[in-house]
Amino acid sequence: MLKKRIIPCLDVDNGRVVKGVNFIDLIDAGDPVEQAIIYNAEGADELCFLDITASSDNRDTLLEVVKKTAENCFIPLTVGGGVRNLDDISRLLHFGADKVSINTAAVDNIDLVAEAANKYGSSTIVIAVDAKETAENQWKVFTHGGRKETNIDVVTYCNEVAKLGAGEILLTSMDRDGTKSGFDNKLLKAVTSKVNVPVIASGGVGNLSHLLDGILEGEASALLAASIFHFGEYSIGEVKRYLADNNIPVRI
Amino acid sequence: MNLAIINFGSGNLHSVHKAFESVSSDLSNPYNIIVTNDPKEIQSADKIVLPGVGAFGDCKNAILNIEGLHASLEASVIKNKVPFMGICVGMQLLADLSYEFGTHSGFGWIPGEVRRITSPKEYKIPHMGWNEITFSDHKLFDNCEQGSDFYFVHSFYFQNQKNEHSIATTKYPAQITAAVCKENICGTQFHPEKSHINGKKIIHNFLEWKP
Repeated sequence: MLKKRIIPCLDVDNGRVVKGVNFIDLIDAGDPVEQAIIYNAEGADELCFLDITASSDNRDTLLEVVKKTAENCFIPLTVGGGVRNLDDISRLLHFGADKVSINTAAVDNIDLVAEAANKYGSSTIVIAVDAKETAENQWKVFTHGGRKETNIDVVTYCNEVAKLGAGEILLTSMDRDGTKSGFDNKLLKAVTSKVNVPVIASGGVGNLSHLLDGILEGEASALLAASIFHFGEYSIGEVKRYLADNNIPVRI
Repeated sequence: MNLAIINFGSGNLHSVHKAFESVSSDLSNPYNIIVTNDPKEIQSADKIVLPGVGAFGDCKNAILNIEGLHASLEASVIKNKVPFMGICVGMQLLADLSYEFGTHSGFGWIPGEVRRITSPKEYKIPHMGWNEITFSDHKLFDNCEQGSDFYFVHSFYFQNQKNEHSIATTKYPAQITAAVCKENICGTQFHPEKSHINGKKIIHNFLEWKP
């Protein structure tokens, strides 16, 4: 049986791991390569780096992080943040990323999704969607790290990128991110029930039952979390044992 | 001993290279691992690995567009029986035919066709993530446990014409070929380079394989 994936996410700024609360007030949580090696050993199913470095001049620091991680961790590595075009994707893959996640650039230019999927394969292209509830049961896509609102409906957009060749959707609830109040399972369900590619749930995990809810209520294929792992609240092993005890198929 | 990893522009080349290098460095006689599309280097290789992500037709065309590449692979693998491993689309290319975005001919080294996975609605496509395999007795699975998990990501699968060529299967929910072998030619649908310790075992076994 296909397992539900647990994906620790490392927000990286200038080569260091950080995790924000509602995308601001960043706290340093250490060296990304060291963290990645620990997660790999603990049984993470994949790893995710999100580059939040503001200046594009400093983006090359991430490439070194990606390279060193790929030399040490033999599990899938997704890298995103500031990916604008095919060259950016190509560079990340060359340095050892297995998948590249695209956010704002895909909203600005939807053709990029098809171009990227055609060139590198759907399996390589993750579309990251930052979603915020703007009316009851209605979610809009936000861009630029969540700072800019668009008028695009999240479910419609997810369907469109899936049709264009996105292999996977990384769906972050802006309302929940950093709050530790659980995934937005209504948002997740709205997308997973309509879209035929795997959806990674992101934003809001504070405890073990939140993870279980993301699978049972949100019907996510994979769960992404940052702070609960970084600050040692839970280990990957604890999360997996808890899910296994609740009859969720996980890789142990 | 030289091991050639074929470079035809496939995205995950670096991952494959690093994984083979890591496993090989633990051997008493490590391989000299080269990433290449040079027909001469390929013909002097003692083992050949063909990685591949992307669409079947694109991968096939990329190989055909590199002068002498396909011919050198045929000479080594078919004529000289050099041990060969295809990964993901690199494995699917061994088939006669694929129906991914049109109809494309494959290498025709292992009889069969590549078809879209058909599954009930609740099964997302691509089949992406860790899934367990059941394997038959083969060197490639030495020291592996039945039911161990490997990392898959694909929307199409290799439908073997002869059961004997399928040496491992997974379920999604129908049975899908997870690995193939015919004489000196093997291939995996899953990504050993991304399958952590289990994947390293497969790579190790391939490096030690003497078909």
